[in-house]
Amino acid sequence: MTAAPELSEARLAQAETIDALSTYQFGWSDSDAAGTTAKRGLDEDVVRGISHLKNEPEWMLERRLKALKLFERQPLPTWGADLSEIDFDNIKYFVRSTEQKVTSWEDLPDDIKYTYDRIGIPEAEKQQMIAGVSAQYESEVVYNSIREDLAQQGVVFLDTDSGLKEYPDLFEEYFGSVIPAGDNKFSALNTAVWSGGSFVYVPKGVHVKIPLQAYFRINTENMGQFERTLIIVDEDAYVHYVEGCTAPVYRSDSLHSAVVEIIVKKGARCRYTTIQNWSTNVYNLVTKRTKAEEGATMEWVDGNIGAKVTMKYPSVWMMGEHAKGSVLSVAFAGKGQHQDTGSKMLHLAPHTSSEIISKSISREGGRSSYRGLVQVNPGAHHSRSTVKCDALLVDTKSRSDTYPYVDIREDDVTMGHEATVSKSSDDQLYYLMSGGLTEEEAMAMIVRGFIEPIAKELPMEYALELNRLIEMQMEGAVG
Amino acid sequence: MAKLEISDLHVSVITEDTSKEILCGVNLTIDAGETHAIMGPNGSGKSTLAYSLAGHPKYRVTSGTVLLDGADVLSMTVDQRARAGLFLAMQYPVEIPGVTTSNFLRTAATAVRGQAPGVRQWLKEVKDEMESLQMDPDFAQRSVNEGFSGGEKKRHEILQMSLLKPKIAILDETDSGLDIDALRVVSEGVNRYKAESAAAGEAVGVLLITHYTRILRYIQPDFVHVFVAGQVAESGGSELAEELEADGYVRFTGQAVPA
Repeated sequence: MTAAPELSEARLAQAETIDALSTYQFGWSDSDAAGTTAKRGLDEDVVRGISHLKNEPEWMLERRLKALKLFERQPLPTWGADLSEIDFDNIKYFVRSTEQKVTSWEDLPDDIKYTYDRIGIPEAEKQQMIAGVSAQYESEVVYNSIREDLAQQGVVFLDTDSGLKEYPDLFEEYFGSVIPAGDNKFSALNTAVWSGGSFVYVPKGVHVKIPLQAYFRINTENMGQFERTLIIVDEDAYVHYVEGCTAPVYRSDSLHSAVVEIIVKKGARCRYTTIQNWSTNVYNLVTKRTKAEEGATMEWVDGNIGAKVTMKYPSVWMMGEHAKGSVLSVAFAGKGQHQDTGSKMLHLAPHTSSEIISKSISREGGRSSYRGLVQVNPGAHHSRSTVKCDALLVDTKSRSDTYPYVDIREDDVTMGHEATVSKSSDDQLYYLMSGGLTEEEAMAMIVRGFIEPIAKELPMEYALELNRLIEMQMEGAVG
Repeated sequence: MAKLEISDLHVSVITEDTSKEILCGVNLTIDAGETHAIMGPNGSGKSTLAYSLAGHPKYRVTSGTVLLDGADVLSMTVDQRARAGLFLAMQYPVEIPGVTTSNFLRTAATAVRGQAPGVRQWLKEVKDEMESLQMDPDFAQRSVNEGFSGGEKKRHEILQMSLLKPKIAILDETDSGLDIDALRVVSEGVNRYKAESAAAGEAVGVLLITHYTRILRYIQPDFVHVFVAGQVAESGGSELAEELEADGYVRFTGQAVPA
């Protein structure tokens, strides 16, 4: 267990040393008084406790309890990554780190402020590169703000707990409407114990020009973070939501199991960008799905760099004619990591189109898998879909698999699939090294070039961050 | 002043389960300011010499020495050789998708020069060199060698040479695949760097590997070596090139080889 909450010089020095030892930059942990006292294990009391603490309406408690039963009944998935080592009885399902959510950095408790300062959030906000910020520490959002001009136009950007209190009608209508509790074991778990996450509502016709950003941080060992995000983009509106995730390096595992539901209404467009950089002892098991109405566009940009295990398949259900869905994803699997990622695209109406571009890099025995489903239902004529998977293996002991599923029940469709595995070649290394680059620099340059088509889709600071993360991951990659 | 000394160099090429000797005792010394042309028929080992000097992992040196100003080149990694002042313009430049040419050039210049060049001075340097090589400015933003024409690839190699400013430059069939205009532009680039480096008191030594004599009309060699069966069979002045032009390699190989 960690020491008393105190930001002494010694603690700082220790944190720096740990940083230097690990290539994972966000691996320090801060004081953890709240986490220490939190209860382990899951039962009805825990669920009731969370709901009670949050003063929730009765219907939400009922949903939670029903979901708990579903979670207990459902088996672990038998496909994908190995989840058998998750010890559900050892996890802390709810950690309250501070009594109050604040709207000014100055009002954050020192230890939490210190954490986010080190991640660099206040800088980004100061520079006005973002339209709104939400920061979740453990189970709850501790800081939330949105630019005044957007608030005046009716844009809502709140933590989900506050969203439920302030917009009960929207929640009754949409909560669980895209991802029902029983969808899978982890959506059931999330529905039972969810806490925090973001609630976004963009009114008709409003274009939020710069991104809304959320930062998720797990600080407690064996913590389970179950944020729940609900985004509603009303007709002809546009929003870009960006999230980043970090956690300390602990000896035993933590669990992150989020549910993200998005509704993109007629003619609207939503882009959702994730750069997931959990430490390599976090199980990252996330369900993300969008319902796209007529003429709507949903774009997932998904970067998975960290975590021990990731299972994540951002999906788009194209409900209306001419709806569009796309996934651009990059996964990096280093030593001991398994990134099982992909997408599901469901064509449920005519003239819908989808595109999946998936790139993965495996090294030092890491394993990356692309797992995707493209389904075209009867009646969804003139639908089009393109899938492109590209895997880069930088050594001979790493692994890449592709599991593309296609289910077409309509004649008049266009479908393309392309899968390639590239080995970074000796010739490429030799060419760059002939220019004086060390083997490590050359390898990092090849990898950065490989993911460039995705990096260029990211907001500038995230693209830089992604490059930096890749560089750190590649350190010591070659001997 | 720079000096590259190759003594009794034996090199084998490594494949899955075999090893075949390609270079069978090469002796060659290149002094600063000198241009040596190596000519020879296909399969004589000319390119193997170029690759081995730059350190390609596919080639294994079984015996012999290579010294650059007295330093043991063979114990250096590929990048150490580059930083020591050895440059290879490749016959088959490799594509690096997603890496812009400008990014690669600046990273390489930083590595070879030991510090990042100042931005303004660097941009001017690149712009001037690209203009001299008659390269489109958009070129710098394209991925390294990706979709380059044969001529663009070779110009890019010479651009690297002029920016990395080596002591010894090895040009491996830089003339192959070039039309007459491109050949002239590329040759002028080489001559310009020879003159610049000499003026700076660091005259480059050039090892020019080629099938044909036509590039030698533009780049005047001080020495010509005929390379046959992994060895230097005969050395002479530029008159040797003229003899080869007239008679082919038949005197050395005992058989007629299409030029």
